[in-house]
Amino acid sequence: MSVPPLPEAPDDGAVAVAAPAQGAPRLLPRPRMGGLIPWVIAILIALVVIAAAGGLALRNLAENARTELAAAVTVQVIEPNPDLRGARGEAVVAALRGMELVRTVRVVPQEELAALLEPWLGEGATSGDVPIPVLVDVELTRRAAPAEIAAIARALETRVPGARIDAQSEWLRPVYSALGALQWLALGLIGVVALATAAAVWLAARNALAQHRETVEIIHLLGGTDRQIIGIFLGTVLREAAFGAALGTILGAGAVWLLGQQFAALDSGMASGGGLAPTDWLAIAMVPLAGVLLALATARMTIALALRDML
Amino acid sequence: MNERGAEIVKFDNVGLRYGTDPEVLSNLSFTLYPGSFYFLTGASGAGKTSLLKLLYLAQRPSRGAIRMFGQDVMTMPRERLPDLRRRLGVVFQNFRLVPHLTAFDNVALPLRLAGADEARIIKAVSDMLEWVGLAHRAQAIPATMSGGEQQRVAIARAVIARPRMLIADEPTGNVDPEMALKLLRLFEALNNRVGTTVVVATHDVHLLKKVPDSLIMRLNKGQLSDPTGALRYPPRPAAAPRAGDPA
Repeated sequence: MSVPPLPEAPDDGAVAVAAPAQGAPRLLPRPRMGGLIPWVIAILIALVVIAAAGGLALRNLAENARTELAAAVTVQVIEPNPDLRGARGEAVVAALRGMELVRTVRVVPQEELAALLEPWLGEGATSGDVPIPVLVDVELTRRAAPAEIAAIARALETRVPGARIDAQSEWLRPVYSALGALQWLALGLIGVVALATAAAVWLAARNALAQHRETVEIIHLLGGTDRQIIGIFLGTVLREAAFGAALGTILGAGAVWLLGQQFAALDSGMASGGGLAPTDWLAIAMVPLAGVLLALATARMTIALALRDML
Repeated sequence: MNERGAEIVKFDNVGLRYGTDPEVLSNLSFTLYPGSFYFLTGASGAGKTSLLKLLYLAQRPSRGAIRMFGQDVMTMPRERLPDLRRRLGVVFQNFRLVPHLTAFDNVALPLRLAGADEARIIKAVSDMLEWVGLAHRAQAIPATMSGGEQQRVAIARAVIARPRMLIADEPTGNVDPEMALKLLRLFEALNNRVGTTVVVATHDVHLLKKVPDSLIMRLNKGQLSDPTGALRYPPRPAAAPRAGDPA
């Protein structure tokens, strides 16, 4: 009887117990996580891309508006006598020009005011029948604190009776508040979608493990380590999640681009402040990467915990 | 005692029960020595497969103590079990081939799990398949193979990594007498020339006579008896070279 053609024994005659292979090449066919997982991940990533882009656009919108408006105030003087309005406006300009905080002062011309009001008041805006207040635009050297605005207001009141000062940013406080709420909503949506992604991967990983339980047991009994088994499954998760994430990013970015075009067509000053900067696009590009990492971490934890129940 | 000492496996008052059922194995105390050839016999339901599961570390006992290769299996963290399992070769009763893999890849599995390089794997597996007469079936998947072919693949997989201990559950049940004898000679060759400890569970009393120096452990309702002194202390010496074997 010939000796079977066994591989050579190690030098010391001990059994070959090598360190576990780093990868797990061709140990198993690729276990499928479930046919729908890449598509589910694609949809969820697309939602996150849209939510992230929306949140960033709202942040930009609020920041731009805040920057523009925070360093400006409007002075309003209500003067029923049209003959005195010009003098009142000049008095306001004179009072403000000496102040350290003021950069430029401009009396809004009556024609400009009339043009602004005409869509609402019709010809009445120019007839002189309606008393139109004097408006003075004031650009400040920096963003002013409420106390500084109040100090300007007090100084004006003593020199120009009836003058009222409005910090422009105050007009938009409710808008900022709404924009802030929308940003939190976008963040919340991202969190919920991340949880949904993790849950979908968790279920798929458990199903895949149950489907291949016999094979996993065989690999264990032949000396396979948990790390090798996890490696086999993570390879599949990586492929399927990467495909889903890439597809979702394309869909989400396409939707964001289309929405951007729609808003750009509005030609509104406020909407144009909500554009996405290159750094924002970079942040959006991180979404699929984060999605894949989340899927990998979830699958790894799920499989490791399930393997711990096996001997 | 280290693994080169006098024992490969030591059971001390081991019992095994599944759930809350009565014990299927009771008060097992025995020692397996390097280079010995053991037959494990007993009627169906006597507990042979349960005992083999303890030996190939698919199960921990409900009570008692087991040492393998000098290490305490009962308290060993599961992360260290793969190291012990790689010293074992197992022929499962129902073969347990990986259904998606070819005969070649099934046989290669222990070497791949141990991190062997691919060139060594290709050579060793090709030679082994040739030896068990399945070279022409290397690319076949188990579902397309006969019971005998699957059994030979399972045996090739069990011995490919030169295990320190070979455990076989009814290894000749699905092959013809000629192949059964050939496989038995393979186990003997491993036992005699490589020093592998062999444990073969079988119903086949004729098989026992074909390995003259073998020791017999008999299980009856979960209890061991010892018709050939396999379990006595001090132990019999390891299997001596047979007449006619080259020095």
